[in-house]
Amino acid sequence: MKLDARIPSGPLQQKWTNFRDHVKLLSPANKRKHSIIVVGTGLAGASAAATLAELGYKVKAFCYQDSARRAHSIAAQGGINATKNYPYDGDTVWRLFYDTIKGGDFRGREANTYRLAELSSNIIDQCVAQGVPFARDYAGYLANRTFGGALVSRTFYARGATGQQLLLGAYSALSRQVGLGNVEMHPRADVQDIVIVDGKARGIVVRDMLTGELEAYAADAVILATGGYANVFYLSTNAKGCNTTAIWRAHRRGAGFANPCYMQIHPTCIPQSGDYQSKLTLMSESLRNDGRVWVPRKKGDTRPPNEIPEEERNYYLEEKYPSYGNMVPRDVASRNAKYWCDLGYGVGPNGRGVYLDFKDAIERLGVEVIRQRYGNLFDMYERITGENAYEVPMRIYPAPHYTMGGLWVDYHLMSTIPGLFVLGEANFSDHGANRLGASALMQGLADGYFIIPITIGDYLASERLQKVSTDATEFKNVLADVDERLRKLLAVDGTKTVDHFHRELGKVMWDKVGMSRNAQGLTEAIQRIQALREEFWNDVRVPGRNEELNQELEKAARVADFLELGELIARDALAREESAGGHFREEYQTEEGEALRDDEHFQHVAVWEYAGDGKEPIRHVEPLVFEAVTPTQRSYK
Amino acid sequence: MNESPGFYSSSVGKKILMAVTGMILFFFVLFHMAGNLQIFIGQEELDRYAKFLHSVPEILWLVRIAVTFSFLVHIVAAVQVWLQSRRARPIRYKVRVNLATDMAARTMIWTGPIILLFVLYHLLHLTYGALYPDLFVEGHVYQNLINSFRLWPIAVVYIVANIGLGFHLYHGLWSLTQTLGWTHPRFDRCRRVASAVIGIGVAAANISIPVSILAGLVR
Amino acid sequence: MRLTLHIWRQSGPDAKGRFETYKLDDVNEHMSFLEMLDVLNQQLIENGEDPVAFEHDCREGVCGMCGIVINGLPHGGRKGTTTCQLHMRHFKDGEELTLEPWRSAAFPVLKDLVVDRSAFDRIIQAGGFISIHTGAPPDAATILVPKEDAELAMDYAECIGCGACVAACPNGAAMLFMSAKIAHLGMLPQGKVEADRRVKAMVEAMEKEPFGACTNFTSCEAVCPKEISISAIARMNRDYRRAFLPGKAEGGGKLEKVKLLPAT
Repeated sequence: MKLDARIPSGPLQQKWTNFRDHVKLLSPANKRKHSIIVVGTGLAGASAAATLAELGYKVKAFCYQDSARRAHSIAAQGGINATKNYPYDGDTVWRLFYDTIKGGDFRGREANTYRLAELSSNIIDQCVAQGVPFARDYAGYLANRTFGGALVSRTFYARGATGQQLLLGAYSALSRQVGLGNVEMHPRADVQDIVIVDGKARGIVVRDMLTGELEAYAADAVILATGGYANVFYLSTNAKGCNTTAIWRAHRRGAGFANPCYMQIHPTCIPQSGDYQSKLTLMSESLRNDGRVWVPRKKGDTRPPNEIPEEERNYYLEEKYPSYGNMVPRDVASRNAKYWCDLGYGVGPNGRGVYLDFKDAIERLGVEVIRQRYGNLFDMYERITGENAYEVPMRIYPAPHYTMGGLWVDYHLMSTIPGLFVLGEANFSDHGANRLGASALMQGLADGYFIIPITIGDYLASERLQKVSTDATEFKNVLADVDERLRKLLAVDGTKTVDHFHRELGKVMWDKVGMSRNAQGLTEAIQRIQALREEFWNDVRVPGRNEELNQELEKAARVADFLELGELIARDALAREESAGGHFREEYQTEEGEALRDDEHFQHVAVWEYAGDGKEPIRHVEPLVFEAVTPTQRSYK
Repeated sequence: MNESPGFYSSSVGKKILMAVTGMILFFFVLFHMAGNLQIFIGQEELDRYAKFLHSVPEILWLVRIAVTFSFLVHIVAAVQVWLQSRRARPIRYKVRVNLATDMAARTMIWTGPIILLFVLYHLLHLTYGALYPDLFVEGHVYQNLINSFRLWPIAVVYIVANIGLGFHLYHGLWSLTQTLGWTHPRFDRCRRVASAVIGIGVAAANISIPVSILAGLVR
Repeated sequence: MRLTLHIWRQSGPDAKGRFETYKLDDVNEHMSFLEMLDVLNQQLIENGEDPVAFEHDCREGVCGMCGIVINGLPHGGRKGTTTCQLHMRHFKDGEELTLEPWRSAAFPVLKDLVVDRSAFDRIIQAGGFISIHTGAPPDAATILVPKEDAELAMDYAECIGCGACVAACPNGAAMLFMSAKIAHLGMLPQGKVEADRRVKAMVEAMEKEPFGACTNFTSCEAVCPKEISISAIARMNRDYRRAFLPGKAEGGGKLEKVKLLPAT
């Protein structure tokens, strides 16, 4: 597997400019001749589809939801970073770049990350022009807030629904192009596989979710913007439909999968309430600005929290990290919560929760101030738990939230398969081993609005692409593969439901491949997942037929892919013998229990090549070269 | 306003026309009510007022045509809008709940026809005198009213119709401010109350005439 | 908790539907409504029956995918709550619940409780946008927006496109959905430029779909999970009326008024 990141020459600050100065361009007349497939209509997919259509390409866009407006980008609450420096508090492109690369524990690629920081301001301009109602101050200027422990205020927000507003902006741009006839929109289309002709990505096979019909689509390039794979844990903050199928199938057809073990566990989610739980709900981590985290000092203390006296409470974050206290980064907060719950100090019905207490903040600031700051979150908490957090402490627990890993891409956002581009959370590119708050939205939109429109032109102008129709053998073969796979799923007719297997997989992943990992657990996990996969293909029950709206069949096809991906995540975690960002190996920690990197041996991107069913995947590396920054050790004491 | 086919072809345009014509009809009702209340001043006043109305036939007919036209537009648009909405839900809910709507809103489609029938009755009764020729003498408005409303069945017809009118006005007036976009955060709270006060006021004032006659207070 | 569910079952778009009754014996009050249906479906699958199809995705009240009429109330009728955020603690032990899909000619049933809401997309495609293209718009701070306007625009912009307004409207009208977008964009200076064109185009697109007309019942506002106010509809009506005023160009926009300068 050849891993050429194609990073442009020149100093870091000049790379993107140099690249644009020399990139190949297509004339408008030639753009009209090219067709592009975009899978997924979240921030990255919708912005890419809209912009490419504006440029004149013939675009076909696909999503599994009933409308392009519903992709899971919509659920992002907090905000989007940009280096506007409106507050004049010293922010620069360099600082955002450095915060991002440091937050990623020096496991990201410098050039990509710098470009992201560079483009951040354009995104805000673009979105404001689209009518995104960002928060403003009384002078009518855009408001900013701090986020995730940054030293500057660079986060733009639209109440607690920034992701929704940005997505609706991209959706409106996409809708305009659909209305103009420049984008052919295919909702309720479940992408099952990609088609490669002459070594290049030339099409996809989708299942019409209403009729079950398998359809092939051909194009000159394929863009995957299908989001992350946190649903491999079954319980995550992702939408129920989020899946890995498109990128996993691309991986099986030759795309390298980079750093699958890097995943972010968000510390302030509402704990699970029972076995029937279907998903976890995230609350903005801004709650930790005023809430104090604690567990009882007595194991299995079942007294109501307000009856536990002050001296019997263990404010473990404040004790262990006197300077950062409750504001430690996401991974640290998450790991410590798990630590105390594992020891048996957890609270709530199943002992999987810690308190987040606002009593002191309410005494200090008054209920009204707290209501103003967090009212919508307290309301949401009450809707879900039925508890009033103004009176009793909230219960929180970490939940899988975001995956930094994804398909490997070069500076052009092209995977190891020529013509297959990967945007947003689906690629691995910009966040290293850990993502900063308010940076996911930024990356999705930078990729879609500003990067892919330029890099894809270069590809189309450089390649001699033969005309391909869906009658070609390659398409027929993939159609037959997909058909066979779906029929096989229906034919098992076993005894256990798809959800049963997904839950079992989630348990293994959470226990052994979750917030903290060790070699023994990971080895067990690999074996357990292999066994589970075999059991799945022998005992799953998928009711109904293919030729109808069949939600169980949709799920089954996705879970089958998660059962393969889960193993790769465990393998990657096992092979990475260090701790970095969202990957914590118990064997590799400092004396204080912090992540211990091994720059000498692991300052690289791990890229996995699929070797065939039942064969061990092959690990390749892309060395990370830091020319502009020097990796340092994080400390939050 | 440019009432191009484009405007009227949409239900939004139809509703705006209903609001405008409804408003014209409302002003007519108000004017009509104010004139009739002169019955409480005396026979002479009322009859003179009636004579005055007929003094310039051109203006009388202009008003009659405008009101009739508004009436027709209001009805035709209402029927079209109603049919469009009926088609919009071919399968009805098994469990039906009235959500936030009040009785006045739900009964517009009934109070409307009641008012239409009443207007026809009223015209035949007191404008053309064709319905009860024995009770009617052209130009003697006061006496005609006394003659008619002494009979309780006729009085009841007028009372019932005016209760319907009150309901129709209550929802209609509030609704027209909404349809014409005459809203403002500062006044939004009063819109409901004002519509209710006007609706009840108009109905009460109109009803006071047959009730007073029936009770023998005006003779 | 024990529950009796009467659920609308319809195997396909053209199939005849009917209500089926199911009994659940062990419903936990902390379950969400959709988790309760998950449990029912697991039982149905284990018994070899066809599970109930219903739509859902984010399950945190923002994607707009879910929507069931529960005892005549879209999303169950709790203030500011989508079906996925509704929890079983709000129901009584032994209660009977009737579950129906959104009923609208514009939202044909596809299967069981799943309907086709693509009519909404077509309305947005007709004009629910600001016609800028990706590139180099002016700096975001060039045009100031009063905080109050930005906040009000945000109130309207929060629409999740779930369709509960249509489901609740006795007329099956789509005004709240459509006007929320028109009001959101019309509140902002960036969106005012093509406001006339937008309102005309969207209303025209809406009339092509079998939606009903607005007679100001206000049921839409009562069930909207984002509590969007019918002031949006008033705004849309005003914009629509003004878009037809004399002096407006065909399709919207203002005709330039030529003023004759007095001769000097």
